[in-house]
Amino acid sequence: MRATDIPPQFKQLLVPGKIQHILCTGDLCVKEVHDYLKGLCSDLHVTKGEFDEGTYPETKVLTIGAFKIGISHGHQVVPWGDLESLAMLQRQLDVDILITGHTHQFKAYKYEDRLVINPGSATGAYSAITPDVKPSFVLMDIDGLRVVSYVYELVNGEVKVDKIEFTKTS
Amino acid sequence: MSAPEATLSPAEEQQKWLTETTNNVKQHAYYMKQAIDDNNLREALKHTAAMLSELRTSQLSPQKYYALYMKACDELLHLESFFRELHKGGRSIAELYELVQHAGNILPRMYLLITVGSVFVQSKDAPAKDILKDLVEMARGVQHPLRGLFLRAYLAQCTKDKLPDQGSEYEGEGGDVKDAVEFLLQNFTEMNKLWVRMQHQGSPRLKEKREKERQELRDLVGKNLLVLSQLEGVDLEIYQELVLPRVLEQVVNCKDEIGQTYLMDAIIQVFPDDFHLNTLETLNKALGQMQPTVKTGSVLASLMTRLSRYALESPEVIPKFEELQAFSLLREAVKKVSEIQTDVAMLDLVTLYQALMSFVVQVHKASLDKVDEVLAEAATVLAAQNQAVSGKAVTELVALLSAPLSVYDVVPILSLQAYPKVMELLEEPVRKEMAVTIVRSVLKSNTCITDSEKVDTLFGFISLLIKDDGLSEPEDEEEFEEQQCLVSRLVMLLKAPQPKSQLAILNTVRHHFGMGGPLRLKYTLPPLVFAGLRLITQVQKGEDVEEGEKVSRKTIFGFLHQTVQALGSNGQPGLAMRLYLQCAAAANANGFEDIAYEFFTQGFLIYEEEISDSREQVTSLQLFIGTLHLCTCFGQENRDALVHKCTTYSSRLLKKSEQCRAAYSCSHLFWVPGSKDSENVALCLSERRMASTPQMGAQGSATVAAASLWRYLYFFDEGNTAVTVQLLQGLMDLIAEEMAKTQSDDAEGSNQTENFYASTLRHIKHKKAEGGEVGARYAELNV
Repeated sequence: MRATDIPPQFKQLLVPGKIQHILCTGDLCVKEVHDYLKGLCSDLHVTKGEFDEGTYPETKVLTIGAFKIGISHGHQVVPWGDLESLAMLQRQLDVDILITGHTHQFKAYKYEDRLVINPGSATGAYSAITPDVKPSFVLMDIDGLRVVSYVYELVNGEVKVDKIEFTKTS
Repeated sequence: MSAPEATLSPAEEQQKWLTETTNNVKQHAYYMKQAIDDNNLREALKHTAAMLSELRTSQLSPQKYYALYMKACDELLHLESFFRELHKGGRSIAELYELVQHAGNILPRMYLLITVGSVFVQSKDAPAKDILKDLVEMARGVQHPLRGLFLRAYLAQCTKDKLPDQGSEYEGEGGDVKDAVEFLLQNFTEMNKLWVRMQHQGSPRLKEKREKERQELRDLVGKNLLVLSQLEGVDLEIYQELVLPRVLEQVVNCKDEIGQTYLMDAIIQVFPDDFHLNTLETLNKALGQMQPTVKTGSVLASLMTRLSRYALESPEVIPKFEELQAFSLLREAVKKVSEIQTDVAMLDLVTLYQALMSFVVQVHKASLDKVDEVLAEAATVLAAQNQAVSGKAVTELVALLSAPLSVYDVVPILSLQAYPKVMELLEEPVRKEMAVTIVRSVLKSNTCITDSEKVDTLFGFISLLIKDDGLSEPEDEEEFEEQQCLVSRLVMLLKAPQPKSQLAILNTVRHHFGMGGPLRLKYTLPPLVFAGLRLITQVQKGEDVEEGEKVSRKTIFGFLHQTVQALGSNGQPGLAMRLYLQCAAAANANGFEDIAYEFFTQGFLIYEEEISDSREQVTSLQLFIGTLHLCTCFGQENRDALVHKCTTYSSRLLKKSEQCRAAYSCSHLFWVPGSKDSENVALCLSERRMASTPQMGAQGSATVAAASLWRYLYFFDEGNTAVTVQLLQGLMDLIAEEMAKTQSDDAEGSNQTENFYASTLRHIKHKKAEGGEVGARYAELNV
């Protein structure tokens, strides 16, 4: 609805069989995108975005390895994108990592002993909140109590990668 | 079990004869092999001749004759190795060659001669070319078509690895490649004559049966061409000067439909691509001389298909295509086919033009003119047929139309005059599929369409997808959705670099989409709204705007208002409401207070009138509150009015817990930069007191209280004076109390609340530990 597609530079990186789980905060809007993600990895978790009509849940909690991970689109949390408020949702869901979207801007915070991540928008779709949206997504590599998040951002047609490490204090 | 002979069906009769003759062959072969074992040449030759005499039968159909022939050939291998043994033992092969000629009957004699001849060539006792020439001449003695064909097939089979080809061991004294070519051409010519002659034998009544039988034999004739094509020494020059003219002469002169159709096709299939490319003119001329009933179109189509593939696989030869003017030669040939052959089938014509189009697309990637030429000619020729395109022709025509889309920019193709003319030849459902193909091609190419005229052209072509078809629901829901999603994705690619041109595009699109009816608008208008919002961002930045390309943001907001309204009044109120809020946020970012207010007002109108589902009310209010919290453009009065609406609607939600949560969100509306109202924040949060009602139960009450604690802490952090340590302390006591009450009912729910509360307490400890101003404030709290 807001963008044609995931940029080809990203599609080259995203190949089936390499990813074990896909967590998507929502606003897929069309079945085609859902099918594309499903084709990359059958374990797809989606929450309901502002413009989704499907029957996705508002929040979802799953456990991957030692981590409890919560997903929510984020438009339900006022003020939008506010860390303190997101941290509250994180406590409420009782998760180590909270993944939200809505603002279409990549953000990652270590909040006290937990991690809050907004992977941004993979398509770089228009946002009323963020004026210049850069397409981005995050790959997470979970190994024991350590998680390394690789942030892929498309800046002027080139993919930039950043790395964030987080270790859970058990 | 066996039926009386008179009642045998023709097939049974054939089988019976085959069994009889095969048994005879086996029997003679047995004695032949015994004689060979006894090293008795005379006896061996006698029995072989007797065995070969079985091939003189006239009763068998070509198929059964073939089976018999194969059996005899197998047995002849024994004789051949016997000859080889004899030669090794010192016997003169030339003598043997003389000896076998004493066989009484010509057919056995010829088979024996060829068998010895093959060993003779191998022995190199005489030049290969002389022996081969002798054999191919002598074979003329058998003029019975069927027997002659198989005899010569045997000749070709026995000699194919013994020709004096370039690089072969028989080259030199044995002759050169020209001798090999001459031998094969002669054998081919004779075989073809025999094959064609079959046509004129027997009663005219059985013509159809004979034709079928001839088709079964064609590969025997074609085998010579295959061997020719495999000769190392046949280069382009020899092919051009010697092989092709002689073969074509035979093909043209035989004036036989089956022969010409098969042989032309065989030529195209067996010889290499670059030979064809260099002999296009000759081939064309020959095609023009075929019998009128020969389907030269399909020959031409397969020629073009081969050449296209050649260009695809070896792009380095493309300049050669240009140099030899391949396109105009082929185009002429195609035109001639459609002119000369009046009763040519629609399918063949379409296939022909499709092949010509693939050729152009493959070879002339940069030439739109040629695409147009092909389309224009196809349109004229096909329309003149005055018949509907149906069946397989549809697939071919769609392929013809799709081929250029994958190579050239889509819109220039569509702008060609002839494109719509060809498209019109298709029936509506297929035109719709074609429209989908066009849309997919545009999306795949990912090239922007930059002016409204082109957009108009494109949308004209896909109007079957865009226009309301009067149906109240689509025939195939899934397909419809897929089509509309494709169309909606198109919007992102309609993009002029300058604002005014872009607005013109959006208006054009709006005009086309406007004809879609309620079913389509839901898919097509939202992307248009976002395109408008992006345009506003572009204008706001105001970078590099050319003279006369300025456009006012208010105009664009007007466009947005009207577009969103259309959605609202076409059965999509929820969607319209959310889009109004997007527009409101954009108006705020541009500092247009009135416009932002208007969008909020429209949104609230829909909320009041259309949103009745309580779940939807909750999510909608979240959006209103979230958006309003972003908006900094409002003066006090407007702001108060909108905040008031939010708080009012929050208090009217169905469930108490929902009311509380909405009120907590509303509290932030009183805490924005420049307007921090401690009292009102506290008022929003304190509404939890009203919330503790019997219907919620202690459990829900504890959860809500725990949630409110977080909000209090948020504002406590922020330095809100109405949130005091006493208040927090009181609230924490209350939560503990409520939790204690609930421990027995809902274990899981209370666990969750407990965890939540526990982590809140940990959070407070974190804050205490932080020190500084915040830490000092938290120090007073007793956890």
